Amino acid sequence: MKPYIAILNTRMAVLFQYRSAAIAGLCTQVFWGIVKVMILEAFFAQSVSAEPLSLAQAITFIWLGQALIQLLPWNIDKELEAQIKTGNVAYELLRPLDLYSYWFFRAMAMRLVPTIMRSIPVFMFAGLFQALPAPESWSALIAFVVSLLFAALLSSAITTLVHSSMFWTISGEGIQRLLPQVTLLFSGVVVPLPLFPDWMQPFLNLQPFRGVIDIPSRIYTGVIPVVEAPYYLGFQLVWFLFFAIAGKWLIARALRRFVIQGG
Amino acid sequence: MLEKIKIYFRLIAIAFRSQMQHRASFLMLASAHFISTFMDIIGIWVLFDRFKIIQGWAFEELALIYGVMNMGFATAESLARGFDTFSQIVKNGDFDRILLRPMGTLLQIASREVHFMRIGRFLQGLFVLLWSCKQLGIPLYSPNFITILFAYIGTACLFYGLFILQATLSFWTTETLELMYIVTYGGLESGQYPMSIYNPFFKGFFTFIIPLACVAYYPIAALLHHETFSMWVGAVAPLAGIIFLYLSCQLWNLGVRRYQSTGS
Amino acid sequence: MNVISVNSLWKEFPIQIRKKGFLGGIASLFSREYVIKTALDHVSFNIDEGELIGYIGPNGAGKSTTVKILSGILVPNGGEVKVMNKTPWENRVETVRQLGVVFGQRTQLWWDLPVIESFELLKDIYRVSNTSYKRTLDLLTDRLELSKLFNVPVRQLSLGQRMRCDIAASLLHEPKILFLDEPTIGLDAVSKLAVRDFVRYLNKERKVTILLTTHDMDDIESLCSRVLILSEGKIFLDGTLEALRKKMAPERRLIVDLLNENETIRDPQAALIKQEGHRVWLRFDPTLVTTPELISRVTSKHPIRDLYVENPPIEEIIARFYQNANL
Repeated sequence: MKPYIAILNTRMAVLFQYRSAAIAGLCTQVFWGIVKVMILEAFFAQSVSAEPLSLAQAITFIWLGQALIQLLPWNIDKELEAQIKTGNVAYELLRPLDLYSYWFFRAMAMRLVPTIMRSIPVFMFAGLFQALPAPESWSALIAFVVSLLFAALLSSAITTLVHSSMFWTISGEGIQRLLPQVTLLFSGVVVPLPLFPDWMQPFLNLQPFRGVIDIPSRIYTGVIPVVEAPYYLGFQLVWFLFFAIAGKWLIARALRRFVIQGG
Repeated sequence: MLEKIKIYFRLIAIAFRSQMQHRASFLMLASAHFISTFMDIIGIWVLFDRFKIIQGWAFEELALIYGVMNMGFATAESLARGFDTFSQIVKNGDFDRILLRPMGTLLQIASREVHFMRIGRFLQGLFVLLWSCKQLGIPLYSPNFITILFAYIGTACLFYGLFILQATLSFWTTETLELMYIVTYGGLESGQYPMSIYNPFFKGFFTFIIPLACVAYYPIAALLHHETFSMWVGAVAPLAGIIFLYLSCQLWNLGVRRYQSTGS
Repeated sequence: MNVISVNSLWKEFPIQIRKKGFLGGIASLFSREYVIKTALDHVSFNIDEGELIGYIGPNGAGKSTTVKILSGILVPNGGEVKVMNKTPWENRVETVRQLGVVFGQRTQLWWDLPVIESFELLKDIYRVSNTSYKRTLDLLTDRLELSKLFNVPVRQLSLGQRMRCDIAASLLHEPKILFLDEPTIGLDAVSKLAVRDFVRYLNKERKVTILLTTHDMDDIESLCSRVLILSEGKIFLDGTLEALRKKMAPERRLIVDLLNENETIRDPQAALIKQEGHRVWLRFDPTLVTTPELISRVTSKHPIRDLYVENPPIEEIIARFYQNANL
């Protein structure tokens, strides 16, 4: 367990160095939230029928999205990219750790630490200035927290799978261009998923990215009642297992093909 | 003057050649960029699909603003790449060498790098713009289209000026430059919607301090009769972007003078 | 004819005092304390056309500050400076057009491009005509042996190769004045000689006025007739190497190879610097005892194999002077 804690600490220390960038990022997030809220308010103003979300719920979705944005599997670990490029990844095999587990925990740290650092100020701002409501019951809050944990697992598994694919693509550049926008869109940060067209809902309800921000948001606001929450938590777990297994398999193949044979 | 243009284009040609050398990679990056910026318009379309209009603006009409904004931003972003990484030059002490060349500093930085890959966003904006013109029945050689063209130029100048401004800050501090992203990328995101939906404080800031509303919203709003002032006001408004660019250049010169006094 | 004239030049820098610790960091957000460092304290000197001047001094003495002001990239607090009859910082572009500047540590070439493309870019930036570019390039290629390097990207060059290319780059526009800042630093012996030869050629045959900033005393001794020594912002000496030697202390060296290594030499008017086996280094003041006098005294007392008379190396003189300056 100790080496994994160490990874978390290192990541925190690194991020703390970039304080000014973090503050700038925070201001950007808050700005975005304010703009999105104004846009939604303008749209809702002429809404005649009932929408899948009330304006208040939609606004809550926006702020949750901004607070938790760092949880998304939106970027790749530059260090790992460099290791794969140079071939130094072979040295990682010398560590007494299973490569997949090691990479998975790195990804967890990469997701959790910035999320904690970013979400607290955003939650504070939203609570103080934007009337962010609390979850309606204690059980909803607990379900929310659990779904956040599962979201972190899912996101880390996706990230690790992407990292594994770099054994074949070498450069992460192409993926790095597409990943942010795709994850932002399908997790519901750009527009809350319930507001998407009705005909898209079946597809949106099944795709994995909703497990990262959409499901926790729905639990928080009560769109998913607490009694139904376990099904959705299960949904997150299923996708997590899928990506974890796929990632493990991919790494095993990569190790067999490239590292041991000297590629 | 001619010399400056000649050198500028020679440097751009060099950048173009070296980026084209990795043709496959360039195509992939440009396509990825095209697709990723496309997500922007999808987000907007989703909302319009449900709500139909926003403060009287229909999707086709907003698409006009969106197209101009994205084309202008992409143009500025690809040309101003040299300013993006300028803080590194100051940190490394390489600005001294820039001062040792018998050429204006602004021109040297402007021609340092050009990012052709950003053409992805430009093309995406262009598609949306042309689609919108077709939907709204705006022919290509009409005075309306000239207004749109002028709005595009004004937008590009405004964003270019903002990128210069971001770099100019390096003369005073090398921290918190990322805050400028709020007005560049943040400006783009919020400017894709009609300015009339935002609160007065926001609107005022983006009209008088950073004339984002003047370069795209006012001309197009006047053209589509969403605002009541005359067409001429709307047609002239993009000038604010050009003036902003000029002022940014002046501030840059101030920054250079400061650098020369304190020696960094 | 003065190409460079400097009169009572002074330049100060405010240096922020960084407070220590976390609380210090917070405090510095509200008020900043500064200490004024005087980089140049009313410095005056003139340089004529065709001179080759050595500019030396301890680190932090103000040498690079001077060069930056002369180039027009730094603005002084006071004093008058004229380079080719213009004030550099007020006419940056015109001044810089006539200057060549080489910094030993940083290259002016474009890192990723082949050398020849950097040259061509500079040709455009400095508006060099095609004919004079060709003529100058041929000459430089020949003298600095650059032909094999043309298509090599700058980042792949060795230090010696890069330095030769940087020197060539600074001369493409045939400047009348050249500022060389540590041009031989880090170079191997062969490259150093090549650079020195070329600098000598530039000065003697092409009449280029050169200001050479260096810590390498061999450079100074082999190239410069006149030195400017700067210390703590003031000019310590402006004169020939001879004048420097005289100013520090009239001193000569007698190096004697004894026949018998168990002997040593003692003389009331000569100090023993060191002895290594057969060889003895002696220091003496030629104003107190003439060279022939000392030689005859030493040789009459000790059988010797060989002897040499030398001036002390400039390095030692300068080192001793730096020590004095720190007292």
